Amino acid sequence: MERDNHQEGVAEGVKICDPPAESNPPADTLATSLSLLGNHMFPDPVERNYGTTVNREEPVDSLLSDVSAEEPSLNAESHSNQVTKLETEETESPECQNNVATQPSDRGAQDAATDSDQGDSGEFVVTMLAKAKLEEQGLGMKGRSSPLLEAGTEEYPAFMSHRDEDVTADSWRQHRKHVFVLSEAGKPIYSRYGSEEALSSTMGVMMALVSFVQSGDNIIRSVYSEENTVVFLQKGPLVLVCVSSSRQSERQLRGELLYVYYQIISMLTQASISRIFEHKKNYDLRRLLAGSEKILDGLLNLVDSDPSFLLAAVHCLPLASSLRDSLSQILQKAITPNLVFSILIARNQLLTIVQEKTVIEDTRLEPADVHLLLNLIGASSAFQAGEIWTPICLPLFNPDCYFYAYISYLDPPECTVCLLLLSTDKEAFYSVAECKRKIEEAMVAQNSLSLIAKVQSYSVSQVGVSDLRHFMYKPFDVPDNYRQLTQFTSPEMEAPYSSEEEKMRLLDLYRYMHSRIHSTSRPLKLIYHVAERETLLAWVTSKFELYTCFSPLVTKACAITAITKLLRWIKKEEDRLFIRYPPKYSTTPNPSKSSRGGKSDQQDSTDNGFLSLL
Amino acid sequence: MGENLPRVPRGSQLHSDTLSRPVRTLRVKMVLLGSSGVGKSSLAMRFGKDEFRNTSPTVGCAYLTRVVHLSNVTLRFEIWDTAGQEKYHSVTPLYYRGAHAALLVYDISQRETFIRAQVWLKELENQYTPGSTVIWLVGNKGDLVEDRQVSVQEGQSLANDRGLSFMETSALSGEQISELLLAVAHRVYECMGEQQGGLSDWQETPLVDLHHKDTFSPFASCCKVGP
Ligand SMILES: Nc1nc2c(ncn2[C@@H]2O[C@H](COP(=O)(O)OP(=O)(O)OP(=O)(O)O)[C@@H](O)[C@H]2O)c(=O)[nH]1
Ligand SMILES: [Mg+2]
Repeated sequence: MERDNHQEGVAEGVKICDPPAESNPPADTLATSLSLLGNHMFPDPVERNYGTTVNREEPVDSLLSDVSAEEPSLNAESHSNQVTKLETEETESPECQNNVATQPSDRGAQDAATDSDQGDSGEFVVTMLAKAKLEEQGLGMKGRSSPLLEAGTEEYPAFMSHRDEDVTADSWRQHRKHVFVLSEAGKPIYSRYGSEEALSSTMGVMMALVSFVQSGDNIIRSVYSEENTVVFLQKGPLVLVCVSSSRQSERQLRGELLYVYYQIISMLTQASISRIFEHKKNYDLRRLLAGSEKILDGLLNLVDSDPSFLLAAVHCLPLASSLRDSLSQILQKAITPNLVFSILIARNQLLTIVQEKTVIEDTRLEPADVHLLLNLIGASSAFQAGEIWTPICLPLFNPDCYFYAYISYLDPPECTVCLLLLSTDKEAFYSVAECKRKIEEAMVAQNSLSLIAKVQSYSVSQVGVSDLRHFMYKPFDVPDNYRQLTQFTSPEMEAPYSSEEEKMRLLDLYRYMHSRIHSTSRPLKLIYHVAERETLLAWVTSKFELYTCFSPLVTKACAITAITKLLRWIKKEEDRLFIRYPPKYSTTPNPSKSSRGGKSDQQDSTDNGFLSLL
Repeated sequence: MGENLPRVPRGSQLHSDTLSRPVRTLRVKMVLLGSSGVGKSSLAMRFGKDEFRNTSPTVGCAYLTRVVHLSNVTLRFEIWDTAGQEKYHSVTPLYYRGAHAALLVYDISQRETFIRAQVWLKELENQYTPGSTVIWLVGNKGDLVEDRQVSVQEGQSLANDRGLSFMETSALSGEQISELLLAVAHRVYECMGEQQGGLSDWQETPLVDLHHKDTFSPFASCCKVGP
């Protein structure tokens, strides 16, 4: 289903595209919408600070182009402006992403991935890079791409391959988002698609690029081509690379790479990774990550499908505050020395979280750490095994030390309600397991499980605004939830966003709005965006960040009224939608603050004062 | 909690004479060691639930219990199913410390795992005085006869040389699973059942005693069997 004109564009292949978001920004802030908004009455708790920043000059033609997006017919034909291009490609990206490497492919003849065409997948990157423009910090370095071609083709010893995807196939290139992790020495560590060894030359090319730029005292950050954005992130001895045709901003993609990095840290700790590579520069980290590919794969799928990652906030299950309080109290009562977090999860969303007072005094759990924990739970076999006891590092809390996580489901065989208890004491298994029995007992007594089973996410229709299809609302720190976990609330995605494709399309629109709001060059406070099949409004104030999606027929005035209503509704439902006043407990008679201090138990010593029951 | 006992195939005598006579219940800590993918979790699932399901690599360590009734004593096996992945090796001592029984598992169709089992053996031997832990060498995936890379004789002679017990099993077919558990139970009880500082009594917590049985059972962890 490729369009002719589109294919031509690809076949030409030489045109160097500027990063779409930066060079020719589509206009989303309609002057008229601003004046409307400015005149409108908002309820009191809502701040009106969308004044000057929003009010940037927009070229008239880009304003027009945005308006023209309301005409679907126009949209489908025209590739002449960035706005429409963006929108149509998002909906049809699988077809439109033609291979960037322009060689006519006779590759169908070569079938086995093992005869490996190292050159071939490498060529994908080389071709792409050669066609692209390097975006660097500092000086430019145009037209010096030849060293890339000298990249090594060293063979890596065969290692248990976990993916059989043929990296020479077009289908491999057409994945929307590739993620690679390699060591500074250019050793492959992880690839989202295809086995790492089949891709070792590709990774070699990437590393050559990174070090080539480094040799000029520079850091390579991103490369833009017509079809793809390549983003690099170097963290210690690891280099993470994302090749994406998803049209996300560089910043968003880098944020996603950071999640991948953190997930690796959560399994190995930053300290041990540095130690390993200090010791042996070309260590094959796959030895240590073998078996964890599933965890990283799962993470990347979540990153693509769950807006929690984009918003850097956690999503909790809406719950009557009386029920949430009683659950919190159950957790609060079942404690043991060195227990620091008790977390209750249902269907991958938080029910409640209770934390130790002293250890956490000056800090709070970061959403990213919670995301990593939730992803780990998904990958653990606790649902089969009964009880899991595993070391886990929370990279944002302290990247260098381990907590010990107790994971167990409370409702086998359904396994939807999961208890996660985090201790700083690796010997504490039996006493932590005993906490679980207390929690189980209390939940039986209060019939909590059947109450939880009835809990559902909510429908946008409950807000009672006809044109509103979906929204995401993330409040910022306000005095009464200061130092609390950053959360957001969002209704179920319903028709017309029930299919996976449509969900993804809506998320892509949100990602686009998010990238505009958070653009480094021109951040915006308010965007009214008329897309082909819906109208979106994003708004950030000092108190919240809000993304809304309306039916395409909504008028600006309606949208504004709707948002007023929505904010009122959220205010009213706050206690149900968010974890409000999480209780704390005290389990550390002699607070060591060890985990924060970083001198905790990364060394395998038995210095722990507590009787070993193991 | 007899209703929670798993089915034991092939006429095993695992719970042949349990009726009502008050017998002591002793705790036995058993650890499963071996390379990733040799089938430790699959064996554990056979022990716990007599099931075979697809598994994912274990994260850290999984804990489950299984009760075995011998003629004059009940043994409550606390099974620590460790993760074979290399990244967890530094924490494995946490799990095998103080174990009464250790199963060194390898995959008969993968020679490296057999070699790896010998590395585990060295590590265990460094930690323990002989006799404090019953060690079993277990060749799993016995059903993969076509792909066999380690012969029965090799396994047996390694075990003989090092004073271990030996058995080949298949978690897939269930072959030799209950036999293995019973044999371990007997050996452990013989070696340390009566001796000072051997096995400790297991105290029932109020939570799981019979009065609470009915309300408790729906929430009993899925791998918990017996009291
Ligand atoms: N044919 C066959 N396959 C088995 C047998 N036991 C386990 N497997 C398979 O081997 C694979 C790994 O099994 P696991 O039980 O997860 O291995 P593990 O030793 O627990 O691995 P880690 O948790 O990573 O240490 C799974 O795909 C099982 O289905 C067996 O007896 N025969
Ligand atoms: Mg396992």
